[in-house]
Amino acid sequence: MLRYAIHRLLLMIPTLIGVAIVVFFMLRVVPGDVVEVKLRGDGGNVSEETLKLERQRLGLDKPLIAQFGDWMIGLATLDLGKSMWTDRPVIEEIGIRLELSLQVAVMATIIAVLIAIPMGTLAALLRDSWIDYVVRLVTIGGLAVPSFWLGMLLMLSLLTLFNWLPPITFTPLYVDPVANLTQLIWPALAVGYRYSAVVARMVRSSLLEVLNEDYIRTARAKGVFENIVVSRHALRNALLPAITVIGLEFAFLIGGLVVTEQVFNLNGIGKLFVQSVSRNDFTLIQGMVMMIALFYMLVNLTVDMLYAAFDPRIRYR
Amino acid sequence: MKRTALALISAAAMLAFAAPAAEAQTPKRGGTFTFAISAETPNYDCHGSDTYATLHFSAPFYSTLLKFNLDKYPEVTGDLAESWTVAPGLLTYTFKLHRNVAFHDGSPLTSADVKATYDRLRDPPAGVVSTRKATFADIDRIETPDPYTVVFKMKAVNAAMLEHFASPWNCIYSAKRLAEDANFPKTNVMGTGPFIFTEHVKGSHVAGKRNDKYFRQGLPYLDGFKGVFMLQAAAMLNAFQGGQVLAEFRSVSPAERDRLVQAMGDKVRIEESSWTLNLLVVFNVEKKPFDDVRVRRALNLAIDRWGGSQGLSRTSTLRSVGGVIRPGSPYATPEAELVKLPGFGKDINAARAEARRLLREAGVPNLSFTLHNRNLAQPYTPGGIYLVDQWRQIGVTAEHKQFETSPYLAAMSSGNFEVAIDFSNLFMDEPSLGLAKYVSFDKAPQNLSHAIDRELDSLFDKQVRELDMKKRIDLIKAFEKRLFDQAYQVPLLWWHRIVPTNKVVMGWKMSPSHNLGQDLAEVWLNQ
Repeated sequence: MLRYAIHRLLLMIPTLIGVAIVVFFMLRVVPGDVVEVKLRGDGGNVSEETLKLERQRLGLDKPLIAQFGDWMIGLATLDLGKSMWTDRPVIEEIGIRLELSLQVAVMATIIAVLIAIPMGTLAALLRDSWIDYVVRLVTIGGLAVPSFWLGMLLMLSLLTLFNWLPPITFTPLYVDPVANLTQLIWPALAVGYRYSAVVARMVRSSLLEVLNEDYIRTARAKGVFENIVVSRHALRNALLPAITVIGLEFAFLIGGLVVTEQVFNLNGIGKLFVQSVSRNDFTLIQGMVMMIALFYMLVNLTVDMLYAAFDPRIRYR
Repeated sequence: MKRTALALISAAAMLAFAAPAAEAQTPKRGGTFTFAISAETPNYDCHGSDTYATLHFSAPFYSTLLKFNLDKYPEVTGDLAESWTVAPGLLTYTFKLHRNVAFHDGSPLTSADVKATYDRLRDPPAGVVSTRKATFADIDRIETPDPYTVVFKMKAVNAAMLEHFASPWNCIYSAKRLAEDANFPKTNVMGTGPFIFTEHVKGSHVAGKRNDKYFRQGLPYLDGFKGVFMLQAAAMLNAFQGGQVLAEFRSVSPAERDRLVQAMGDKVRIEESSWTLNLLVVFNVEKKPFDDVRVRRALNLAIDRWGGSQGLSRTSTLRSVGGVIRPGSPYATPEAELVKLPGFGKDINAARAEARRLLREAGVPNLSFTLHNRNLAQPYTPGGIYLVDQWRQIGVTAEHKQFETSPYLAAMSSGNFEVAIDFSNLFMDEPSLGLAKYVSFDKAPQNLSHAIDRELDSLFDKQVRELDMKKRIDLIKAFEKRLFDQAYQVPLLWWHRIVPTNKVVMGWKMSPSHNLGQDLAEVWLNQ
């Protein structure tokens, strides 16, 4: 198991190098110039000489291959460079937002798991009952309603009904837990609802499939209590595909909550990503793509490890 | 419902007019003022920036030599300068500085700091960006005969020099800090302004606390302020309605204004003004058939600006019909004369008949082209849609393509467009600023039509050096006539600024530019 994990971790290196090459050259195809946007985006009458000097300072006048060399050397030394827009280290720009995005992702995942597993299990066990219909209605609603729209409804409801809104600036959990949770519970709920719908449907369909397996029939025939059949034999196996979905959704939440972050005015990775793309801030985009790629790989590895924990038949070498 | 909304809007407008009376109250000290900023500055350096995002962030921390007196705009008044004299001939400007001014690190402000600041503005060292280098090119040298006197010696007369000294972008920096690192202001905030920088949480907010040693006695009133970056209008409106932010100083759209008024009633104050911003239609003269003046004239004549003003002002921030100078400002062409200029007449049917004739004469009666535009909802999208419709009425087909800011600007700078919507963003009503965009491309790269017109250049140079206001106005009118005859680029409409503030916010003054009056020194909270 440990050997397998180390092997997978080492395989991440060539994958990340591949990602680095693709993102670097793809970005250079995109039209636009960070210097133009920064100095002329608001109507500034900036001379060509000034633009040229700024491009020189940022190293944008160097041949592409030299820029690529700088980027790869930086990566090798874990230096993602400086944002071309703010001149601050990319690591710093990402770090400030990552805490918030990670916390929203964790909270949404907790909400989703707490709602989805009981809901999906109940729906499968009571198939075609009114409970199943309610669960199906709720989950279809979750899939159909975009998170950002639900977020807007939540905000407007809080404003209209209670004349109250959550804080507009982020306070870390360790500084003021109440302020922190008061701000982040709402986006976590908005995102968690859709997330729970996806997972609940997956749990329901997997569990229905597993409940028809021979070993479940055998367990029941042997007189094993129904709750043990369900919890120990059926659910444990049915959760495997749900774990994959939970992992993928979690990784997506790190950088994918662009509109939801804007609705709640959250200072997260998604908003930063969109801003850096619209500004042609190459170094920052590259840094974020690398970070998100790394997250996906780590989450995939974790999911694979969890597979082994849930299913003793699976062993990695 | 509609009547209620209208009644509320009327009430808010009346309250807005009543604001000066309310502000006659004795200001209260204390409180933290939270306001929204709809963009975040890339860095803190005023000298290298042209975006309001920098000023709304930095202005409370800095002072300038002069500033605009917003009670008597466009009159200028002293900021760090206690008094000043201008020698006859306008070639020497002498400023006497206040003696009790200290930077936030405790060091006293002297004339050396002013000199170092203006040297950086007019001749930035390597690695420093000054977007105002050309503005101060007329300065020959700066002398500091004593620690509290600064003398600017000019190479040539510049009628707008005093206004340029009042530019909010000329934040005064410490000479000592600049000597240590010429780019110090880019990543550090250290001025002599009414507030001391406390934090900038990237992507979230900027905060400042009262400068107890501010050189203006009794100011500022506030304990501190917090500028929260709110990029999404819906989030800002919710926060405003919920009382979490008390102002948005750039502008909101008419629909957003109406929502706030309807939801908040007399708790919101709405102040409106024409804005020193306009949308322009630019014809790329290097692309056929736009090298033909008849085609450009025809497309300009087809635009019903007066009708557009009425319709677009209901849904967008576009409103006033004007020439190259903001309507209503001292140098603007009055309406009676404006209507005589091509494209500004009120008989749109006659203008369109003439437009069709010109297109036939140019051999392109069924012209089609692409209109290059920016994908910002306000006011680019409604402006673009309106133009497409106007040209359709003379048989012209324009395909409206909107782009993200970066590719939009890239195509504009490289000349890779046929017809585009551009904009002119000024911080004051000074003709030299307003006209600069229209002089020949080889002198002004911001002229995106790429036109070369020496007659316009000559008129521009004459008006810069002209000290007699009436003669200067005549030169500007001649400039405008030539520009609209040739129609390289023509204004569509001027923007309209709508600023909502919570009624508890007092002491802030409205102006035609969102770049002015943002130091918050006199702002106080009536709560």
